[in-house]
Amino acid sequence: MYSPHGREFGSWFQLSGAFRLSGAAAAAESRLAGQGGPGFRWGHMRWGRADMNQDPAGRATILEVEDLRTVFDTRDGAIHAVNGISFHLREGELLGIVGESGSGKSVSMMSLLKLVPMPPARIVSGQVRFGGRDILQLPPGDIRRIRGGEIGFIFQDPMTSLNPVFTVGFQLIEPLRKHLGLSRRKARERAVELLELVGIPSADDRLADFPHQFSGGMRQRVMIAIALACDPRLLIADEPTTALDVTIQAQILELIRRLRRELGMSMIWITHDLGVVAGIADRVMVMYGGMVVEHSTVDRLYAEPRHPYTRALLDTLPGTGGMRAVRLNTISGQPPLLDAAPTSCPFAPRCAHAFERCWNENPALRPVAPDRDHLVHDVACWWDVDRGAPRNDA
Amino acid sequence: MTPDASSSALLEVEDLKTHFPILAGIFRRQVGIVKAVDGISFTLKRGETLGLVGESGCGKSTAGRTILRLQDATAGRVRLDGEDLLALEGEALRRVRPRMQMVFQDPHASLNPRMTVSSIVSEPLDEHNLLAGAERQERVEQLLESVGLDPTFSNRYPHEFSGGQRQRIGIARALALNPDFIVCDEPIAALDVSIQAQVVNLLEDLQEQRTLTYLFISHDLGMIRHIANRVAVMYLGRIVELAPRDVLYASPLHPYTQALLSAVPIPDPKVEATRSHIVLRGDLPSPANPPLGCNFSTRCPVATSICREAEPEWRETEPGRFVACHHVTVGNGARGPDLQPPVGAATGTDGASPSVPTA
Repeated sequence: MYSPHGREFGSWFQLSGAFRLSGAAAAAESRLAGQGGPGFRWGHMRWGRADMNQDPAGRATILEVEDLRTVFDTRDGAIHAVNGISFHLREGELLGIVGESGSGKSVSMMSLLKLVPMPPARIVSGQVRFGGRDILQLPPGDIRRIRGGEIGFIFQDPMTSLNPVFTVGFQLIEPLRKHLGLSRRKARERAVELLELVGIPSADDRLADFPHQFSGGMRQRVMIAIALACDPRLLIADEPTTALDVTIQAQILELIRRLRRELGMSMIWITHDLGVVAGIADRVMVMYGGMVVEHSTVDRLYAEPRHPYTRALLDTLPGTGGMRAVRLNTISGQPPLLDAAPTSCPFAPRCAHAFERCWNENPALRPVAPDRDHLVHDVACWWDVDRGAPRNDA
Repeated sequence: MTPDASSSALLEVEDLKTHFPILAGIFRRQVGIVKAVDGISFTLKRGETLGLVGESGCGKSTAGRTILRLQDATAGRVRLDGEDLLALEGEALRRVRPRMQMVFQDPHASLNPRMTVSSIVSEPLDEHNLLAGAERQERVEQLLESVGLDPTFSNRYPHEFSGGQRQRIGIARALALNPDFIVCDEPIAALDVSIQAQVVNLLEDLQEQRTLTYLFISHDLGMIRHIANRVAVMYLGRIVELAPRDVLYASPLHPYTQALLSAVPIPDPKVEATRSHIVLRGDLPSPANPPLGCNFSTRCPVATSICREAEPEWRETEPGRFVACHHVTVGNGARGPDLQPPVGAATGTDGASPSVPTA
């Protein structure tokens, strides 16, 4: 998937290409100055089910994804990586997406911006509504304007996602010049500001440095600065701290908390680390087998997990505090192969509660909270943990 | 599983050093030295697991490799059952090799893709001329069974297995020669959470059945707490603290251990919301140019002038509990420095040391 040959793949190469072709500079710049830019007509839009978007704080929904499906056509047959996921994100919110490798969390987020290499990937269905448009229906030029402009992307590995032969300053100034149309001097000023914002000391001097002159944590800060460069409405972070050490991870998490406080950014944070998400997310989606199996607010998800997979996942984690288990709980078996569209629950082979229906029907995400109007809690499971019996509802 | 207090030391490591020269110029002149491992000492009892934790670049893997003689030591002693491994050469060394094995981090890179599972697992047997023919095949099948793999898979190739299964093959290979001592170098780092627990349970079962002694290298403090009896924390080539597991996690003495434990996110939003993290400033200094005095002084929130001048002594604060820090009191109820209030008190000696402004 991370093939350098993928024409559409979003490493530095593709992104910098995108900036070169961008023309929406004026609109983005006006937004940078703090005004509502043209092209965003939230008042006119009515997305899908109205109830889903009601927010007690009255925040607008900025991203809504419906029934996204991505299939990879390989020599050994089709791989159904994303099997119909739907979610939304509100202004200023941080949505955590948790799952193991192969659960489809990265592919689904890259599919949003068509960053998956096509072919072999195919986005079979889905709508991605952002800024009054369906991103998946936009012509390539318009998508390029969104990527790195309105939506920033932070990739997992800070070692490989910066171009080693260009200075950090060049990589930071380029999007500012292309996307926002800033003059050379203005762009440089903003680049210094950005590096200071992400906590890089003597920023002015470091613009002339190459990526290899930065440590891993510093490189990830540069990546964050680039992602923030054009003042994106939405930042997607794909395992941004996985390649870092815990003490450096703690620094980056602190930085993200501060940036969210100061800039009120909307973020999607992809990770496999339940601990990281617990500390920063507002809502969490748990993915398994290319589907969302559980979705709730962060407090509720950790306090009252309802899907057997989420429960098992939280059980298998050994902590640094609390009781030390004599033996670790395990989830037996292997993750699913995804070689066909799901017709049963993908977790059924590893589930302690699986019964006949789980093998015959794929459960849909349904609200399970007692007070459904105010609490967000959706689970895709035929088993009702509370009653210890199969669900009655159809 | 808990080692008997009276049981003798299987492995003794004394002031072990591994330095790498930095060569430059057309004459490959030595211009510097990287002190990857710079004087570490510990003992391992039979049947015990010592966890070795630290961040990347702290020298924990080099330490493991040097102990196994996969890397030449610069100085020090490593004794296995009293025999000095660093003094052995040639055939004598080859003869002790079966007693010590290694499980590698990346199960995708540590298995030869052109060899079948059976030939991978039996290679150590061939190398040491132990078994042949049907006997050998039987042993391979036993080994595969003992790590929870179907013996009928023995003619398959590594790519046909998942990450967790491949790590099991690596463990079967390490067990083939009935070793006493296994260095597990981040054996679960490349695996998914749900698979990690399976592999750790397997390692624990095998330890119980075969009285194995593990040096378990990892950066995952949660997993180390689960598997290790004692824990050593490494920073920039040195062990800064060594203590029994429960004591270390309950009341860490060294400021680095405190910061490390505080940096691990806890999978509970209620705890995370109220918990205050000790966020260390800056990065790990380069091991080619370590700071004067205490290695940790550039990032330590409580560092004082003595920390930047004198190397802290490796002291036993109470029986079985070692620490190298100027600010730790000695004696029963030893106390480490209180890190919480004076955040930002440290002034790094390396000017490039960056910081996150605390809110």
